[in-house]
Amino acid sequence: MPAIELKNISNFICRNISLKIADAELMVLLGPTGAGKTTLLNIVSGLIDHEGSILFDGVSIDGIPVNLRGIGYLLQDLALFPHLDVASNITYGLKMQKRRVDEIKARLDEMLELMNIADLVRRYPKDLSGGERQRVALARALAPFPRVLLMDEPMSNLDPLIKEIITDEFKSIQRKAGITTIYVTHDQDEALSLGDRISVLNNGEIEQIGAPDELFYHPETEFVARFVGFKNILKVSIIEIKQHEAVVYINNECIDQPSKIRVKNYPVFEKGKEISLCIHPESIVLKRVNILVDSNLNRMMGKIVDRRNNGKNIRTTIDIGGSEVHALVPKALFDFKIHEDVWACFAPDAAYPLCGRR
Amino acid sequence: MNKLNWLKPRWSMLPVFIFLLIWEMAARLGLIPGHFFFPPFTAVLQEFYHLTANGVLPYNFLRSLTRVLIGFTTGSIAGLLMGILMGYRETINKTFHPIFSLLYPIPALGWLPIFMLWFGISEILPIMIIFICSFFPILYNTITGIKTVDKNLIKVAKTLGASERKTFTTILLPLALPNIFTGLRLEAGMAWRVIIAAEMVAIPTGIGALLMRAESLIRIDIVIVCLMVLSVMCLSFERFFIYMEHKLTGNWR
Repeated sequence: MPAIELKNISNFICRNISLKIADAELMVLLGPTGAGKTTLLNIVSGLIDHEGSILFDGVSIDGIPVNLRGIGYLLQDLALFPHLDVASNITYGLKMQKRRVDEIKARLDEMLELMNIADLVRRYPKDLSGGERQRVALARALAPFPRVLLMDEPMSNLDPLIKEIITDEFKSIQRKAGITTIYVTHDQDEALSLGDRISVLNNGEIEQIGAPDELFYHPETEFVARFVGFKNILKVSIIEIKQHEAVVYINNECIDQPSKIRVKNYPVFEKGKEISLCIHPESIVLKRVNILVDSNLNRMMGKIVDRRNNGKNIRTTIDIGGSEVHALVPKALFDFKIHEDVWACFAPDAAYPLCGRR
Repeated sequence: MNKLNWLKPRWSMLPVFIFLLIWEMAARLGLIPGHFFFPPFTAVLQEFYHLTANGVLPYNFLRSLTRVLIGFTTGSIAGLLMGILMGYRETINKTFHPIFSLLYPIPALGWLPIFMLWFGISEILPIMIIFICSFFPILYNTITGIKTVDKNLIKVAKTLGASERKTFTTILLPLALPNIFTGLRLEAGMAWRVIIAAEMVAIPTGIGALLMRAESLIRIDIVIVCLMVLSVMCLSFERFFIYMEHKLTGNWR
């Protein structure tokens, strides 16, 4: 399977996108609606015009029409051919490649077994459930031995339970087949669990490319930070750097105590510099004001202004001198009332700096 | 799956029998004022038999049938081909659409005076009328059928390796079939209605002409026989296309 390289891709939505995807890699394009994710897939598949160049294994494919590119494309609505049964849907690409009948039959059987859908073979799409459609669509995309697999939010219409099962199955199939894949989603959980690497797109530009952990803990921009779930972004000034720790001052005049916090030292820190620190809401611990807080923890005094049930957790908003801090507290540990004064505490190593462009 | 159950005669025939019975009774018992013009159903049946036996009905029926078949087939094929071109190629659509939108509102029978002057009283006249009457609805239904095919299906077919031609023959055309059949079904019945009208006005043979002659001889029974033939033919043509549509698209719709 080829490595893909996009060189300065531009069109009416995408702006100068360059991206390298390794052989057999699963690259996730993550971004909000309208960021240009689907457009980029359509460009790679050859369905829409663009400037710049696309290379498969170093060879330009710009002049190759869409039907000869060897692309497996899984659309959000799956687009199963309604007038063909499951077998004919899966073998459609093989027939277009004019393969021999026995070869087509063998590949069909292989796909039916791989996707575990042998019993659906004579059914029509209208008689399939969401999960079954998903498998048939994936089988149809994989059957004609594509060089590259493009997936456009294929799981977005599934219920969470089936989604988890199919996502796991897909990941193992993708690994086994070693097929280079570009996977589009707007769901950060899906992206973080599925991708070998993730490119975050915003307004037709790539904000950051990195492994899931890199994105999750070291977002480069505020957009990426917010997209991967950092709800708390504090603007701070570094006032002192020690060996493992830095002392910073929170740039919020309303906060009078404590204005100083200690955070883990990062190479990007420089004395006197202003930076943004991101804290995941799950890292914020709430303590009663009359309880002695562990001196290792940073603490900020605030008032609970909102609480929302979020399944296992309570999503809490704390007003700290005019700015809001968000905490995700396990339901079992939450025994606070609304408007109650609390300490919002976090460990020094729970704060990550935004280290890219601002 | 309900396999063509609707084709079998069922309880829905009962009201028809009751209607015929009331008709028969009303005519026989003279319940209707002016019953001279109201023959009982059995008398109509008897006349049907006579007209069939002496060859008048089959002769005129075959003339009408031939005209309908030729006009309808050529009109549908022309409408289908033009519809395919216009549905598939936007430039062709843009070129012809303004012309056709001006011609379409003219009722098929409105062409009769012009065609009479152009072609005279000949077989071409009714065939042309049926042609016009079949062409436009099938044209527009085909265009709609092709244009409303989900663009994503075409996108997927292309990525799976289908050429333009293959995309057309394997995806667009089969998916446009339901719309095309709607056009065919509506027009098959309409062709019979229009041919009768054309024959009544301008042609000396055919069911419509027979109807007019019977009227001038005050033979209400023959008039009713002609109307019944017309009704049965409209119905069977429509049913034929419903059957074909079900046969070709019933599996997946």
